Amino acid sequence: MAPILNIKNLSYHYDNSDEPVFADINLEVESGEFIAVVGGSGVGKSTLLRCVANLTKPSDGEIVLYVPHDDTRRRRGIVFQDGRLMPWRRLRGNVAYGLKGLKLNAQEKRARVDEVLKMTRMQELADRWPHQLSGGQVQRGGIARALAVHPHLLLMDEPFSAVDAITRRHLQDQLLAIWDETRKAVMFITHDIEEAVYLADRVIVLAGSPGKIVLDRCIDISRPRRRNADELQQLAHDIAQYL
Amino acid sequence: MLQQLHPLARSRWGRSLLGLSGVLAFVAFWKYAQVSGWAAAGTIPDPFLLPGALADEWSSERLLPALGSSLIHYVWGLALGTMLGFLVGTVAASSSLMDALHGWLARILRPIPPLAWVVFAIAWFKVSHAGAAFVIAIGVFWVNYFASYSAVRNVDPKYYELSRAFGQSGFLRQALQVTLPAAAPGIFSGMRTGIGQAWMTLIAAELLGVPGMGQEMNSAAGVGAYEAVVVYMLIISLVYTLSDTLFAQIENRVLKWRPS
Repeated sequence: MAPILNIKNLSYHYDNSDEPVFADINLEVESGEFIAVVGGSGVGKSTLLRCVANLTKPSDGEIVLYVPHDDTRRRRGIVFQDGRLMPWRRLRGNVAYGLKGLKLNAQEKRARVDEVLKMTRMQELADRWPHQLSGGQVQRGGIARALAVHPHLLLMDEPFSAVDAITRRHLQDQLLAIWDETRKAVMFITHDIEEAVYLADRVIVLAGSPGKIVLDRCIDISRPRRRNADELQQLAHDIAQYL
Repeated sequence: MLQQLHPLARSRWGRSLLGLSGVLAFVAFWKYAQVSGWAAAGTIPDPFLLPGALADEWSSERLLPALGSSLIHYVWGLALGTMLGFLVGTVAASSSLMDALHGWLARILRPIPPLAWVVFAIAWFKVSHAGAAFVIAIGVFWVNYFASYSAVRNVDPKYYELSRAFGQSGFLRQALQVTLPAAAPGIFSGMRTGIGQAWMTLIAAELLGVPGMGQEMNSAAGVGAYEAVVVYMLIISLVYTLSDTLFAQIENRVLKWRPS
């Protein structure tokens, strides 16, 4: 498989500090691969994602995305931890938000929105205002918005950490179904090791100060996976040693 | 804390009854004050003569022209002050250059009460609609300026980040898709305050001679017709309530995305 993302010697420190948050991060992601980055709080995993998302400038190093130019798609789609729907747009308007500026006519845009609303099973909720949605629905709205731009790389910043445990399981399974259907490269940030092991092809552990990659482990458990499978639990346990 | 509802306050009828009782009690107290001679004779109007005074003002064709005249400079002053206050407030809040440029000036001009400008209103516009509108506009300007400025300043930066993440980062796009909708509740509440503020300045500005309800009140007071003064006060209350209700409906329609 061809790489889609290459992170070279990346480091980041805040403007008012010389102490790097993370340093010497090298990471390659293959197209279609689902990677999860885990780590405790403060190791800079969200900052790393924000650098890849081009929302934060790294202090040093390089991020290369190998994607063909296509002006009907965006290079990256981002899902935020807080869902972040705009309260003044209906769900449909929020999902369509990233489409403005892409080379799509009105009909194609509508089709994109319908497609991802269907994928996230939210067609019936399309005309609701965000305050009329539950926490899990808001998260699915955020995922639908990111998918609508047909991103080459899907970036997810602890997307399920703010919802209750039952909703989280549903969202995880729904995400896996969507990933199975679209086979996008996914970079998923989480502090939950079991979530990482359940979802990802590869788990990257970020630890220390400054944060470094202390483990890069393939999860070769066949899919569909069972949450409570011994193999999975054992692996999660092993990985936890590195945190 | 949830207050325990009084049995009478539970039903709509009960509440209307209580409201009406409050008004009646006030009128009774007023009437008592009038007959008991607490103030100089004839300076407390008789509440029971108000309907007659209203009929007088109406049939002598003073009421409607005065109301019409007041509305002319009210609407002009309110519209100008609202538009300029909104524009200056939003621009100053969106641009650090403009913010720094106008900061001191705003601090110098802001504390000057709108009515202090009456002197110049008369010098520049004579006793005219334009003069009254000018004074009203100044008061309304500051209300809207502050509301718009702080509303735009307080837009959650996470929405700007969102717009960058989804390739919508042009200045105009951000202004239309993020800044204005996010700041709209604050901007609207400034506009609504301005509607009330404009009435306060209007009456004071008219006391100096611009035709309108303030002037009618002044001349009625001059001949001791205090019932007529109260009639105008109540008309102002009515017009304010109508305009505020109308604006509240517009506001609710535009901001229908807000949780109710």
